[in-house]
Parts: sequence; structure tokens; C-alpha cells
Amino acid sequence: MGPEHEKDLLKLLQENAKLSYETLATMLGEEVETVRQRVESWEQDGIIRGYAAIVNWDRVDEDRVTAIIEVTVIPQRSVGFDEVARRIYRFPEVQAVLLLSGSYDLQVVVEGHRIQEVARFVSERLAAIDFIQSTTTHFILKTYKVDGVVLEDGDDDQRLVITP
Amino acid sequence: MIDWGNRLSPLAQNVPPSGIRRFFDLAETMEDVISLGVGEPDFVTPWHIREAGLYALERGMTSYTANAGLLSLRIAIAEYLRTRFGLHYSPGTDVLVTVGGSEAIDLALRVMVRPGDRVLIPEPTYVAYRPLIQLAGGVPLSIALRPETGFRLAAEDLLAAAELGARTIILCNPNNPTGAVIDRLGLERLAQVIEKLDLLVICDEIYAEILYGVDYTSLASCSGMRERTVVVGGFSKAFAMTGWRLGYACGPDVIIQSMLRVHQYTMLCAPVMAQMAALEALDTGLADVSVMVAEYDRRRRLIVHGMNALGLPTSDPQGAFYAFPDIRSTGMTSNAFAEDLLVRAKVAVVPGSVFGRPGEGFVRCSYATGIDQLEKAIERVRQYLRAGGG
Ligand SMILES: Cc1ncc(COP(=O)(O)O)c(C=O)c1O
Repeated sequence: MGPEHEKDLLKLLQENAKLSYETLATMLGEEVETVRQRVESWEQDGIIRGYAAIVNWDRVDEDRVTAIIEVTVIPQRSVGFDEVARRIYRFPEVQAVLLLSGSYDLQVVVEGHRIQEVARFVSERLAAIDFIQSTTTHFILKTYKVDGVVLEDGDDDQRLVITP
Repeated sequence: MIDWGNRLSPLAQNVPPSGIRRFFDLAETMEDVISLGVGEPDFVTPWHIREAGLYALERGMTSYTANAGLLSLRIAIAEYLRTRFGLHYSPGTDVLVTVGGSEAIDLALRVMVRPGDRVLIPEPTYVAYRPLIQLAGGVPLSIALRPETGFRLAAEDLLAAAELGARTIILCNPNNPTGAVIDRLGLERLAQVIEKLDLLVICDEIYAEILYGVDYTSLASCSGMRERTVVVGGFSKAFAMTGWRLGYACGPDVIIQSMLRVHQYTMLCAPVMAQMAALEALDTGLADVSVMVAEYDRRRRLIVHGMNALGLPTSDPQGAFYAFPDIRSTGMTSNAFAEDLLVRAKVAVVPGSVFGRPGEGFVRCSYATGIDQLEKAIERVRQYLRAGGG
């Protein structure tokens, strides 16, 4: 399988991990066995980290809140950003940690059941970590699009059933 | 009582009813139909192109444009055809912006056909040519294309039609409904015969951007063809802009200027916001086209593989977004098959005979539809065939 097809395969899986090896192979014009081996080796290498559903939680769990927290870190000899990030991401409440350029250093995404729960996490856990200078918490009010998927119900196919 | 038979134009009354219409009416009454019958992209026009149309409206661009279309757009079209297909047209005289490729085909026929002229249409082909030839006062003559040659028009087919005394030919390349593409060699051979028979040509290249691993040659770039060919193109298919109604014709100035003479009275000009959107499409939209084509390509493999596995032989389409499975093994006419499949399996396809008698025995399956739908449709056809359908 060429590198272009490998990328296509990863993109297809990222869009819809439920496609069967047979379908994927047909779509790419590859052998089923080739596709299977490729995917399995990516799973072993950790290039593919897992498969997940994209859930519109807003419609399921009304108490659930998500916050994006901007964290600034005091640069310190011997403790790089990596070490601070690791301390943060070990908490199960933390969904994502990213190192950014710009006016703050780490972006942390935290999920909880109520605003109070997330607020307590920030004040008692996050702010208590050494070398963290400040935090700014933004609660998400509504999610429109996530991972390339629009969560609002779109319009149905407007096309006529049969056209020339 | 008004005697309509005596009052309405016989030309209009003699336009045969569309074979697609009947299916459409039937499918409309049914629920949960998966349609492989749609001849347009399932993608929405890429956002930056829509945005350009909106911006045109916001700036108050709501008036007529030059009859031939915005000069900036004609320049962009000429430049696009030059870089893409090596065609040379002067934006001032050889390019006409039309309301869809449809209007370009209509105008070309009206200008190039004299009363009683015979016009060759290699069939199966796009449904509009035959009625439009009749409306232009011409006589359509079919050349039957054969499945053995992949429904591609060969020079010999055209030579064999010499005695018919035709003066014009309409080619659809890439073809709707078969997805066949005639390559440069085939076109060069055709060009020789076209010159020999002194035919004028309308070449409908509206699917020229939607290709799968083949190079595209425009007939107009073959030797001797530019002076006798009108190239019809448009934005509908490549840029998923069917509802904007924008296309164009390019050709020798005598023909284009005659077309302009008709167009200025019948249409005045193409809609200005669509022209602004089209400008954006040519400017930056080709990247979107390749993303859409890559997606069509995957679906194409899926449906071709699926149909072949079901015992309905289907060759690899090289262009457009149609597969053309051979259903002769079912022993049914394509009409009966399509109707039965619709009623019993709730899958809509278009009978090949709609595209001319030589399309009998085949059905057109559009794969301008999502993977999920395609897989479901193939599964339904499988169950239909297993249950003794056909
Ligand atoms: C071969 C062919 N030519 C022309 C057209 C008309 O396209 P437009 O939307 O540009 O009028 C179509 C549309 O289905 C087509 O398939």
C-alpha cells in the first residue's frame, strides 16, 4: 500500500471507524488482507489509539459540563512543560491537554457533572500543582461542531429522487 | 372549448414525454427509497463558493451583466480551459456564459441546425439532446453504441454513419449514463472522420473534471476540431453547483456570436450572483473538486465491486458519477427491472433505455450518494435478486 493510500485509509477510519475491512479495501482498491494488516500494525504501534463514537452529549446528559481552562506555567529549571502536562493529564476528569503558543501555555479540557464539580477540580487540584501560575476557566455553553462533525441536525437531502 | 391540439406548437407537442418523469412520479409516492437515480452531486457547493455568492448579494450586485457574462468570468473560463485542456479561446468573442450547460446545448443546436438537418447522437447518451434537436428543427439520428466497446464511439461507427448525411454530431464525454471516457487516441481518430464528413460538433464536457485515473482530452484540442466544435461546460457537476444554473459554451467566434444573438433576447444574461460564485470556483475551487472526486472514486469502486459480485456485470466507469450495470441476465427489460426494483426493493435506478434504445439491458446507478446509502442499496439489490427478482 502506498503512502497516499495509507493516509486515505486513516482518514476513512477517522471519519467512520465502523467500515468493514472489506468495504475499506474495495474503496481503496486494495486487498482485504493488506488493509487488515495495515490497521492491525497501526493499532500495535499506537498510531491508531482507539475507536470512539462521536456523541452529542448535550442530548443525553443534561448535567454534564465541559470547561476549557487556560493555564499559565512558571518556567522552571529541570521541570519542562511536559512534566506539568503529565501531572495534569493523569486526572481522569481531564479530557485533553494541549501545549499552545500565545498568551497562555496549556489548554486543559475538563469534564464534570456540575459546574461546582469542575470549579472544585480547578481550585483544589489544578491550581494546587506546583509551577502553575494562573488558570482561566471557560465553561462551554453549546457545542456546534466537534472533530469535524456538525452536531446540529442538518437539512435532509434536498435533491429530487430521480434527475437526468 | 379551446382546441389545444390545434393551438399549441406541434414542435412542443411532439416532444416525447421523459422516461425519467414516470419513475420520478412513482418513486415520489414511496417512502424509504434509496435513490441511485440522482444525476447531481450529493455535496453542497463548497462554502467559500457559496460565500462569494452571498458577498455579491451583500455588495448589492443584483443587476444584469454583459449579455455574454462578466468579462472577468469569461477571462477566467478561457484561462481555465487553456491551462487545463490546452484550449485557446478569446474571452471577448469565443466564450458565452449561459444558464447551465443546458442553455449552452440548446443555443448551440438552435444556431448550428438548419431546418431538416440531421444530427447524430451516439446513444446511450444524455436525455436532453434528442428533444432539443427536434425543437431546433433538426432530425436526431442515433448511432448505436455497443457494450463490447464500452459504449465508446469509435471512428468506424462514425464512418458507417456517413451515408446518413448528417451535418452535426453531439458527443457527451465523459458520458452520462455510462461513465465512459474516450481517450486522446480515440478522439484523434474520430476527428479525422469528423473532418472527412464535414460535421460540426457539440461536445458536452460538463463532467470533464470528474475523472478516475485517466487523462482528459477535449475533442476541440484534436487536429482540425477547434474551428468546428462548440465545447459545452459548466459548474453544476464539478463544483456541485447544480442549483446555481451556470454553464458556458466556447467555440469559433461565428458560432458563439450567433448564440449570443439568441441568448441576449431569450436570457439576457446568466444570474450575476451565480457568475460571482463561479469566479470564486475557478479561482480557488479546484482543490475542493479533487476532494469530491476522491470521494466519488471510493464509492465508484464500492458500487462496481458490489454489482459485479451480484452477477450484474459492470465495467469500470472512467468519468462522471454513474455506473451502468448490465441487467440482461435477469431476462427483464431495463424498464421492467427498474420498476420492479423500485417497488419491491425500494431502490431507484434509471432504466438504460431512457438514454436511447441502445441503453436497453442496462440501468444507470448514480453513486453521488453516501457510502452508507450505497452499501444499503447494494444489500437490497442482493436480497431482491436472491428472492428471485428478475
Ligand atoms: C451530460 C450532461 N450535460 C448537461 C447537463 C446539464 O447541466 P447544467 O446543470 O449545467 O444545465 C447534465 C445534467 O445532468 C448532463 O448530465
